[in-house]
Amino acid sequence: MDIKRIQTDVLIIGGGTAGCYAALTLYEKAPQLNVLICEKANIKRSGCLAAGVNALNAYITKGRTPQDYVDYARKDADGIVRGDLLLTMSERLNAVTARLEELGLVILKDENGDYAARGNRNIKINGENIKPILAKAVEKLPNTQIINRINITDLALKNAEVVGAYGIGIENSTVYIIEAKAVLMATGGAAGLYKPNNPGFSRHKMWYPPFNTGAGFAMGIKAGAEMTTFEMRFIALRCKDTIAPTGTLAQGVGAKQINSRGEVYEQKYGLTTSERVYGTVNENVEGRGPCYLKTEGIDKATEESLMKAYLNMAPSQTLKWISSGLTPSKQNVEIEGTEPYIVGGHTASGFWVDTKRRTTVKGLYAAGDVSGGCPQKYVTGALAEGEIAADAIARDIKDKAFVSIEQSDIDIHIEEIRSFITKKEALFTAEQLEEAMQTVMDSYAGGIKTNYRFNEKQLDIADIKIKKLYELSEDLFAADFQELMYIYELRERLVVCRSVIAHLKARQETRWHSFAENLDHPQKDDKNWRKYVNSKFENGRIKIVLRELVGEENSFEHSYQ
Amino acid sequence: MSIAINKNKCVGCGRCMDVCPGSLIKLDGENRAFIKYPKDCWGCTSCIKECRSYAIGFFLGADMGGTGSIVHTEDEGDILKWVVDMPDGSKMVMEIDRNESNKY
Ligand SMILES: Cc1cc2nc3c(=O)[nH]c(=O)nc-3n(C[C@H](O)[C@H](O)[C@H](O)COP(=O)(O)OP(=O)(O)OC[C@H]3O[C@@H](n4cnc5c(N)ncnc54)[C@H](O)[C@@H]3O)c2cc1C
Ligand code: SF4
Ligand code: SF4
Repeated sequence: MDIKRIQTDVLIIGGGTAGCYAALTLYEKAPQLNVLICEKANIKRSGCLAAGVNALNAYITKGRTPQDYVDYARKDADGIVRGDLLLTMSERLNAVTARLEELGLVILKDENGDYAARGNRNIKINGENIKPILAKAVEKLPNTQIINRINITDLALKNAEVVGAYGIGIENSTVYIIEAKAVLMATGGAAGLYKPNNPGFSRHKMWYPPFNTGAGFAMGIKAGAEMTTFEMRFIALRCKDTIAPTGTLAQGVGAKQINSRGEVYEQKYGLTTSERVYGTVNENVEGRGPCYLKTEGIDKATEESLMKAYLNMAPSQTLKWISSGLTPSKQNVEIEGTEPYIVGGHTASGFWVDTKRRTTVKGLYAAGDVSGGCPQKYVTGALAEGEIAADAIARDIKDKAFVSIEQSDIDIHIEEIRSFITKKEALFTAEQLEEAMQTVMDSYAGGIKTNYRFNEKQLDIADIKIKKLYELSEDLFAADFQELMYIYELRERLVVCRSVIAHLKARQETRWHSFAENLDHPQKDDKNWRKYVNSKFENGRIKIVLRELVGEENSFEHSYQ
Repeated sequence: MSIAINKNKCVGCGRCMDVCPGSLIKLDGENRAFIKYPKDCWGCTSCIKECRSYAIGFFLGADMGGTGSIVHTEDEGDILKWVVDMPDGSKMVMEIDRNESNKY
């Protein structure tokens, strides 16, 4: 085990969508700053964008305004959004899109040279190579250093301020101690908390990247940052088995949701994201499953375009069509809900940030799927947040000096790592405990098994079991640094699970079907619950804090002590 | 879901290994790539697009309806060719022009 110390003005944790764009912005705004990106994989194809994306889902199309986008997102989340965050994001969507095009992204234009819209908020692209395009631009930045294959495990704190982070080099068995004047958390959301759709050999064929394990949430929680709306889980409606997106079928070719009797059921339940999932679940519960997107009868040219579109973002779906011979014109596409994810780019879970994307812990910023209050961000929203956070960082650290990490803090971290790698054997493996965690969440915290429903008694059981698994994880053994990463990933997920459970319990209503279906409180309660459920980890306990809604007229600022 | 690497075609360049978002591919003692954690593959096809020797294919696990077809890509400049080898020996090819946007 080697130990390496690094100093950098700005540390970006996660070289994904938001992280890469933050680096581009920092070079523009403050080229004198040294920037370090630490990425657990390789920025060329890491995170959500690895396989490519199909469309830009967040764009202000002709005749629409940023406020329209805010209104749409607020309605979809039934009010529990931060107006200030949504508006500041929406105002930047089109500029970041133009920048993507400049960098080389292919965007479809109409005869007037305007971007061709797909519905009211989407534009059509060829997004297969969107991540290599971003990565290439970042690799050219003279002030930015990229370290790939380094998994950041913890933040370094001094006097309640973030002064750096710790990481493990999974290929060079090195422990990194990094001091920074500002740290941007851009690690994406959390997958793999719940038992997935295909729990066997294809367990990682999930929608959200299985490698986004909620590290940023967990680091924030442990550092005492305030978190928001973890109870608003995201469950995606996806093509069965391949878990490929359905938007291309629904919005692209107008395919409707039908049950096994051929009845269009979507109107019955409503058209918000959670209602679409709930409708599908309920049709199955009431014996009218399976459910489909109606594609039978589409013409050959449409079919071919669909197959190509899926190759550009979810090739397994095209492979499934080709290998079975049951292409979408011949057979409707079966759909199902995924396991729940915690992802602030779709719903509103994540760090409680101010309008500048500062977290409640000084020195720490958050952007993209890890940041809360601002749902429906998607690719362009993550870029916009990366830009906003970078702007704030450039201003905030202008006259700031380095604060060194305490040796005693370093010793604790090294000791922890040593304890995992010096053992020779252990009764359990990280994989076994991960499966146990997913089974607990599935059974007691509203997973696929219970049709996403739960009650308080079940949540109490889940909490006890998850706490126990965390204790057991202390005795795990890692033969190398990749296995060490697996131990940290498991522990991150367990920390996030506890917060999810606490949040699900705290919101005593059912505002979003399926996303948070509380059987003890099956109704929506606007009188008491038009509020944010926030939480803070203090002295080993999760403290729930309720906060009043913040509108777009506000410019929300944290006051640091 | 996972990938299969044809050791006879692999030249040990390490490009697939460099790009995998899950760090799942390693080189063996003979400098040939292998997937060390097959159950952890996300199926993103990043490794496949990197391989100049067309040594990597991906397949659907039987648990998600896979029937033995395997797909790889061939990089031809502006054209990205997706080649599906079916279990009966037949082939199906789809070509994507990188300069063309999705229609949907
Ligand atoms: C399959 C899929 C398809 C999508 N399709 C579309 C679409 O068509 N249109 C659209 O607009 N949006 C789409 N989205 C949503 C959009 O891609 C995401 O919301 C957005 O990219 C999130 O950006 P991010 O920066 O928060 O996360 P990411 O881009 O995932 O970046 C997070 C990065 O952090 C790294 N990381 C994580 N933990 C650590 C750690 N501990 N240490 C170091 N690094 C770490 C990860 O490897 C990753 O590179 C899609 C998402 C998915 C998953
Ligand atoms: S990219 Fe292809 S040739 Fe290179 S190591 Fe991987 S499998 Fe072998
Ligand atoms: S398909 Fe993606 S996740 Fe699977 S081995 Fe290849 S690069 Fe890694």
